[in-house]
Order: sequence, then C-alpha cells, then structure tokens
Amino acid sequence: MQRIGSPEKLEEIRKAILEARDPKASSIAICAAPNCHALGNGAVVDAFEKEVKAQGLEGKVRVMATGCLGFCEMGPVVIVNPSNICYVQVGADDAAEIVSQVANGEKPIERLLYADPDTGERVEALDKIPFYREQSRILIGDNARIDPTSLEDYLAIGGYAALSKALFAMTPEAILDEVKESNLRGRGGGGFPAGRKWETTRNAPGEEKYVIVNGHEGEPGAFMDRALFTGNPHLVLEGLIIGARAIGATKGFIYTRHDSPMLLANLNRALEQAREAGLLGNDILGSGFDFDVEVHFDVGIFVSGESSALMRSLEGNMPEPRPKYVRTSVSGVNDMPSNLNNVETWANVPYIINNGVEWFAGMGTEKSNGSKLISLSGSARNIGVVEVEMGTSLKTVVETIGGGVANGKKLKAVHFGGPMGGSIPGDMIDTPLDFDELGKLGAPMGAGALLVIDDETCMVSLTRYFVEFLTKESCGKCTPCREGMRQMLNILNDICSGEGRPGDIERLEEIADTMSVASLCSLGKTAPDPLRSALRYFKAEYEAHINEKKCPAGDCAIEAN
Amino acid sequence: MSEVRLTIDGKEVAATEGMTLLEAARTVGVEIPTLCHHDKLEPYGGCRVCTVEVEAWGRTKYVVGCVYPVEADIVVRTRSEKIDQIRKTILELMLAHAPDSHDLAEMAKEYKADPEKYRRESSFCIHCGLCVRYCDEIKGKNAVTFVDQGASREISFIPEIAAKECWDCKECFPLCPTSALQAAYVLARSFEDVG
Amino acid sequence: MTQDKIDQIIDKFEAKPRALIMILMDIQHHNRWLPKEALERVSERLGVPLAKVQQIAAFYKTFSLVPKGDHELHVCTGTSCHLRGAQKVLDTVYEVAGIRPGETDSESKFSLTAVNCMGACSLGPVMMVDGQYHGRLAPSKTEDVLKNVK
Ligand SMILES: Cc1cc2nc3c(=O)[nH]c(=O)nc-3n(C[C@H](O)[C@H](O)[C@H](O)COP(=O)(O)O)c2cc1C
Ligand code: SF4
Ligand code: FES
Repeated sequence: MQRIGSPEKLEEIRKAILEARDPKASSIAICAAPNCHALGNGAVVDAFEKEVKAQGLEGKVRVMATGCLGFCEMGPVVIVNPSNICYVQVGADDAAEIVSQVANGEKPIERLLYADPDTGERVEALDKIPFYREQSRILIGDNARIDPTSLEDYLAIGGYAALSKALFAMTPEAILDEVKESNLRGRGGGGFPAGRKWETTRNAPGEEKYVIVNGHEGEPGAFMDRALFTGNPHLVLEGLIIGARAIGATKGFIYTRHDSPMLLANLNRALEQAREAGLLGNDILGSGFDFDVEVHFDVGIFVSGESSALMRSLEGNMPEPRPKYVRTSVSGVNDMPSNLNNVETWANVPYIINNGVEWFAGMGTEKSNGSKLISLSGSARNIGVVEVEMGTSLKTVVETIGGGVANGKKLKAVHFGGPMGGSIPGDMIDTPLDFDELGKLGAPMGAGALLVIDDETCMVSLTRYFVEFLTKESCGKCTPCREGMRQMLNILNDICSGEGRPGDIERLEEIADTMSVASLCSLGKTAPDPLRSALRYFKAEYEAHINEKKCPAGDCAIEAN
Repeated sequence: MSEVRLTIDGKEVAATEGMTLLEAARTVGVEIPTLCHHDKLEPYGGCRVCTVEVEAWGRTKYVVGCVYPVEADIVVRTRSEKIDQIRKTILELMLAHAPDSHDLAEMAKEYKADPEKYRRESSFCIHCGLCVRYCDEIKGKNAVTFVDQGASREISFIPEIAAKECWDCKECFPLCPTSALQAAYVLARSFEDVG
Repeated sequence: MTQDKIDQIIDKFEAKPRALIMILMDIQHHNRWLPKEALERVSERLGVPLAKVQQIAAFYKTFSLVPKGDHELHVCTGTSCHLRGAQKVLDTVYEVAGIRPGETDSESKFSLTAVNCMGACSLGPVMMVDGQYHGRLAPSKTEDVLKNVK
C-alpha cells in the first residue's frame, strides 16, 4: 500500500476500499486457527477457493482464511456474511454445496448447521447458537470479518481510525485521561489499572521510554491471546502505537510465542504493512510522531512472562525476575521506564478511543469494565475462545456457552488462573466474572483460562499437576519457590499414591505461607494459591487420601490395601 | 549524599541514601542473618533468609534486607514471630540438602529448625550462587555457572574454561556455605563427564 | 553447520548482545540443535562469556544441546490435555519408541518434547509430529500415528 501521509488520506483510502467492494457480496470465513488447522482445514480452504473459481464467482463471493472463530469444539467452522450463517464441522467435500448456497441465496444446508445436542434442532444464525448467543464478541468478533493478512480488510472495518484520532484530535494527556477514566484493567493477570501504569511510565524520568506487548501466554490452558493476535494483529498494534503516543515512547517491543508459525507470519506481515503505509516508523500519518517496534520471542518458559523477567529476556539475558524493589514502569528494559501490557489490554485501546469512556464503562460491573476473553477448556462440552461482558455469571459461561460438562459427567469445580489461580466448587458458579469477586473467592481470573472440572477429577491430583508444572517452569533462583515447591511436590506425590501421612496438610500449609511471603517474584508468591483454594473447598478429599487411602474421585491410582 | 532517618528494631538510624537495610542495620549493631550475601558482590536476593518486616504508610510488608534500600521514616523489624517462622522454614528446606553444613546448623539452632522436616535431597547445593557470582563479578572468568531451571537448577563448571582457570584459583571454594566440597565435587565431576 | 552460516546469522542481527536469544533461535531453526562450536562462535562474536551463552542455551527448553532425531514429537501437557489423558500419550510414545520427554531414541528417529498448551484444547490430548497436529489421541491412535511416520 502507498504511504498514508495524513488523516484525510487515510479516510480517502478507506472510502476507496469500501467503494471497490460490492456491499452485497458475500464472504465465507473459514477458521484457519490451529484447532481447525489440526482438523485438516488447509484442504478445506483450498477446496473453497477452487470452488469459487470453478463456479465463476470471483468478486461475488469471497473466501477468507481467518483467525480463530472461537467455536473450536465444532471446527472447522465456517461463517457466512452478511447472512450470518454458521456451518460447523465442515469438510473439503462440503465446499461446492456451501459456495453454491451462498452465491444463489439458497436455503442453508441443514446437515452442516449446528444441532442442539438435547433437542437435535438445527440452528441457522450464528447469534442463535447458545455458544455465541450469550457472548459479546467485541474484540474477537472481527476475526470473522477480516483476513488477518490484509491491511485493507482492517481498514475496511474502521482500522487505524482510533490512531488517527489519537494523533490529530487528542493530546497525549487526553489519551491518557481517556484510558484512565475508562478504568481499563490489565488483562494479563493482575488486573492493574492500565491508565495508572501508563502515567507512571510517562512521568518517570528517562531518555527513552518503551511500550511492550506481553504475548507470552505461557499459562497452560490459555489460548485466547494467540487467537486474537493471530486473527487481528493490526488491532493490537494500533493499541500499542496509541499507548506509545500517550506515554511518550518511541520504541516498542512485542514479546511473543515462538512456536506458532501462523502468529509469527501474520504479525511480521502486519508490521511490514504498517511500516509501508506510514502507520509505523517515522512521522506516522504525517503527525511527526516516530515509533517503531521490535519482535522478540519467548523461548518457552513460563516465568519469562513475569514483567521483570520478560524485560531481562528482551535484553538478551536470562529471564530471571529482578530482586530490586523498583517497578519496571519506572526502570525496565535497559533501566528505562517501560510499560508492559497484555495483548488483550492493548487490543481494548482503539475501541476505547473510538467509542469513548461511557461505552466502555457501561459494560461490566462497577470495578471490572468492558469485555473479557476466556479460554474455555477442560471438561466443558464446548471448548473454545469466548468473549463475554465482564460481570457475566460463570454459570452462563460454563452452562450456556460451554454447554455444561462433557460426557454426561457432573460439574465439580471451575478453575481460573492456571497454576497461580484457584478452584471454586460447582455450586458457586453464580459468581460474576469480576476481578475482585473472583479474587476474594480464591479463584482470581488470571489471564482468563477457565478450566471446567468434572466429578471424576481429583483435586489433589490437579494441585499436584500445577505444582509440578511450576517446578519446571520457574527460574529456580530463590529458596522458598524452588525448594518449597520441590518439597510440596514430594508431599503431594505421596498423598496421591496413598503414602500420605498425618501432618502432611500442615506441612503443605507451612511451605505455602513461607512461599507467599518470602518468594522473590509473583510466581513463587502465588504458586501456593491452587493448593490454598483446594484446601479451602476440598479439604475432605485430601483427608480421604491421607487417612483412608482413598481417592474419592477415583482418579489417583492408590492401591487397595 | 542525603541522610535518611528510619527505625530498625526500635533504634533510630541515620543512614545514607542508597544503603540497603542490611547495611543500615549494621551501623547500629543489628545483625540480619544472610546466606547468599557477600559484601564484595552485587546484592542477589536469592536465599531470602534476610527477610524482614517493613512498616511504611500504615502497611506492613516483607522484604529482603540485602536488597531493599533505606527509606525515610520506615519502621523495620528484623525479628518477629512471622519472620522467625519464615526463616525456620527456609532453613529446613535448605537442611534437606545440606544437613551437615556448619553455617546452616548454627542458624538452625537459633531458629529451632528441624533438619529432618523435609525429604533429604541428594545435592548439597543451596543455590546461594556465591561461587557463580564471585567467578563472574570478581574474577571475570565465568568458569562456573547455573544451568537448567526451576527445581532442576544446578551449578556447573564449563570444562574448557575450568581446565585453564580453576586449578590455580579455587577462590570460590571457601565461599560455599554448605561445604567447600560442593564446588570441588561439581568441578571434578564436570571433567569426568567430558571423559 | 558451517561457520559461514553461523556468521551469516550473527551478522543478520549485527552481532548485538541483545540479540543473543534470537541468534540462538535462528541457529537452532536451521540446524535443529546447538552444537558446541556454534555456542563458542556466538560467544566470541558477541563478546558474551561462553558460560552465559551456555546458561541461556541450557535454560530455555526450546534449545537442544544434543542432536535431535529425524522426527520431532511434541506432546501437549497443558491442563486440558492433562485432564484428557496426555500421560497416556506419553506412555504410549515410551512403549513404542522408548523415549521420555527430552530424549531422542538410539536410532535417532524420534525426539520427544513435552510442551504446554498448543492452543488446540478441544482436540486434546494432542501430539504434533513434525509440525502436523494429531488430536483426540487414544493409545491405539497414538501408536498408529507413530507407526505411520516414515
Ligand atoms: C510467572 C508469571 C507469568 C506471567 N505470564 C504472563 C503472560 O503470559 N502474559 C501476560 O500478559 N502477563 C503475564 N504475567 C503478568 C505480567 O507480569 C504483567 O503483569 C502483565 O503482562 C501486565 O499486563 P496487564 O497489566 O495488561 O495485564 C505473568 C506474571 C507472572 C508472575
Ligand atoms: S519466586 Fe520462583 S520464579 Fe520467582 S524468582 Fe523465585 S525461584 Fe524464580
Ligand atoms: S542474604 Fe538476602 S536474600 Fe540471601
């Protein structure tokens, strides 16, 4: 694309793109994310493209290989727009039929529509399917409307209008105020107000300032950041550039997973496109603002998602959390003020700038606003990427969207926040999705990985799994975390194999207390949280293992003696 | 440099800006126990036995004395039931590695730590990093380093460098709080590995 | 891997110490593991102590300091796959190929790595063979997948 030198030019180009497109033309969005890809959708996309050619429909029907459409359980998923029909479990052989249905406006193909598992009734429209019906797919919904490799597509849905507004109609202070007032809270785990963090970095002294995207997503069971970043890379980038402007940063870093080829390809392409179009680099949109980004890979260890470890990694060092008592927002990469936010946090920024504070604050609860992406996994019937308004009850998420528990089992608990989170019992799922409410119950939202646990899962064994994960994924620098978890794992292994002894629970608690107070970083400080919540709600299960040598869930292999 | 006034264990302290709590405490004769700290090396904050209580703006937090910088008007307590409990657990976890270490045994007495509390581990190493950091920061040789992560983390000599540098130096051996043998043992073994 | 190729990679990143991890990634990408000579060359060119290069290479699980087998198996052990039987997949790989995570078999056919969440939870348990996903793996299916690797 040619270089866009002014906000007027941006609107001109947008108009030209829209005018060149037939508003009545249909698009067929085919999910090309890992899940559906694994189900062989490479062949599906090819088949659709061939079919459109064969039926001579180029220009009338557009086939797009898109980012994750969310309904992974039913993949490969195909969404037809503007008719809003959703086809599930589509194969290459279905291409001809679907293409002709779309082109000729025929009746939807019954057998490819989602069937209600209880009534068998077919559901035609996307927003009538229970999985989608209760969602507010603000950030992730655009995945179905764009080809992630096309900047034109992003511009066609209003892309970079927020950046243009931020650069030409707002002062950096005004951007900052807007984000502060919206009460956007960090989506990466802590829920810290983004605006306040931005302000700290903005006000901190430093020759250079940095803004950073945390795309590490190392939490097992979390896959929503990837889905968003792969499916709509420009959205995150736009948010980052706006943030840089507000903070006064001229350089940014994107720290992301190295093991997802599609993510890397889409991201690198987006950066190239943005540079070429003058949306990134020197004199962005002719505003005089200079900003560019560098992509760095995490190389596969959970602790490198922690802010100070991440910044050490960006410097080419070991990702060991820094022991110093100074915030990275004041002294981070190269000891310069560095503002780190999660992928989803950045993605919210263009929306807030475009739609305003009231729109954003109008969603959710008093202190948790906007929407939240959730990776729904575990024993839920519908596994996938979900986005709901904050404040939605977990019951809606698990039962309506998630379709309840798979394989006729019963709901035992839900777990939030992965290895640094906690579980609450199934009978408490009326709780709303709210940072503070969930935190109080001992199941902090974390990054948004929601694990549905059925009644055949043992809570001791689950705790054991998380602790084992962290013994491998921590850095091992400080004693409470390294040695504490090593011994915790010994004890939990004993309990699970029927070798538990009286006093084990107390010893676990003693280690947990020391870890949460004395560990160097948040990993060690919160690592005992799954154990704590398990002891809070499921202590009887621990006691049964220890005293009766029995696993009530029938999960642990304890030999009958 | 400006003066910073604070309270440590009830004593008024006039410290200099940039000092750590550990240094400030020493000026008034308060000893905070340490294991991974060495006056010649950069603060490391790894062992966490120097954890102390800081009261500031009505809130109490726990920080490590060897890293935390002095701040005006804060109240520091170097002993309390909770601190003693933390140190006890940390020592017990370390004693699982090195039950015979003289340094640890001394502290264990003070904090009533039970060396048998946790399952015995095979390596003596308590990961204080003194050998690694000494070789890096003082000698500039980097002959010994940490490898691996999490619970598998251990020290390891780089044979190519160690063969040239270590035999005439061995200055890191006496720094080891568990037994000088740990470094020596790992050093010898690293040569066996290369054959 | 030739020294020229290694130098090319280093030059691409202008021999910047900050690019250490990216350089090691690139070398591993081309060579599939990190030979000692490569680490020494990187240390020399970047002016970063060899011990530090080795520490980083040993720290990150992505890096391999030993040659890899012809085919790379990645078994997901993320929470969802764990709950859905990832251990059985690992056990089956052990029965068929005799390797545990982090190992390569004696004939250098397979290398096995356990990874966290590959983002394909609805297909769990999942194994990736040379970049190709295989989902909903029961032991017999795992065995078939392995036997079909040529
Ligand atoms: C061990 C550990 C791992 C973390 N991993 C991630 C991660 O993968 N992604 C993320 O955004 N934040 C992660 N965090 C949180 C970050 O440290 C940081 O708080 C966050 O990126 C800030 O962004 P936010 O305010 O937008 O949430 C992790 C924290 C810890 C302690
Ligand atoms: S708490 Fe764990 S991860 Fe954090 S510094 Fe200590 S050992 Fe490393
Ligand atoms: S002496 Fe302070 S942490 Fe070890």
